[in-house]
Amino acid sequence: MIQADVKLDTLGYFCPMPIIMTSKKIKELVPGQVLEVVSDDEGIKKDMPAWCQTTGHEMVGLEEEGSDAKRIYKAFVKKAKR
Amino acid sequence: MNITQVEPAVALAELQETKPDRVTIVVLSGNMDRVMAAFIIATGAAAMGMRVTMFFTFWGLNAIRRKGTPSAAKDWLRRMFGLLNRGGAASLPLSRFHFWGLGTRMMKRVMRTHRMPGVPELIETAQDLGVQFIACTTTMGLMGITKDTLIDGVDQLAGVTTYLAEAKQGSVNLFI
Repeated sequence: MIQADVKLDTLGYFCPMPIIMTSKKIKELVPGQVLEVVSDDEGIKKDMPAWCQTTGHEMVGLEEEGSDAKRIYKAFVKKAKR
Repeated sequence: MNITQVEPAVALAELQETKPDRVTIVVLSGNMDRVMAAFIIATGAAAMGMRVTMFFTFWGLNAIRRKGTPSAAKDWLRRMFGLLNRGGAASLPLSRFHFWGLGTRMMKRVMRTHRMPGVPELIETAQDLGVQFIACTTTMGLMGITKDTLIDGVDQLAGVTTYLAEAKQGSVNLFI
């Protein structure tokens, strides 16, 4: 279980909204803080690491919850130090 | 001794701050689905820290025209054309299954129930993220579209050389 400082709910939103919401939200964090992005879009499993790789933030982990019918993904992003 | 350690991830972020990757997208199509794809790529790239420029030409200009603005052309041929070629981000037709508006309206309803942003919302998001909009002057002249009939926030009116100068530096160049 990863401890997050800030939580962002993107449930019900498809690509690219979760990433756009993340890129806006991360600005409110201080470096080193962890943002938890909750999404039900499966694409986030690949998209969030890709976004982290290009922006320099650190992907701390990804958790999956729920059954196959309704799966929820929690991506944890640590803001990069600048 | 004072040693400052720089993590690789931080160095990358700093590098991007100074020299961001560039993306250019030519939007030729005025179809809702294609314009949506263009804006999804544009907003996604901007969210990744890339510098995005979108060039609107021909039918693509309809996406950044204000709704219901008539052609400013004086000759009857272009005015007739202006009557048929209506602008407005909210009234773009689907490339397939438009069915005189019925299919497109149904698609929009499905999108709304799935909380998918439409073209107007995507334009707003793109502008929010600092995506540059450039309108093609040739098409504007051809179709009698004036600057004041375009939406706010169209950064430049330019031609092919401006596009090429930007595209030359771009790592991703798309034509939609």
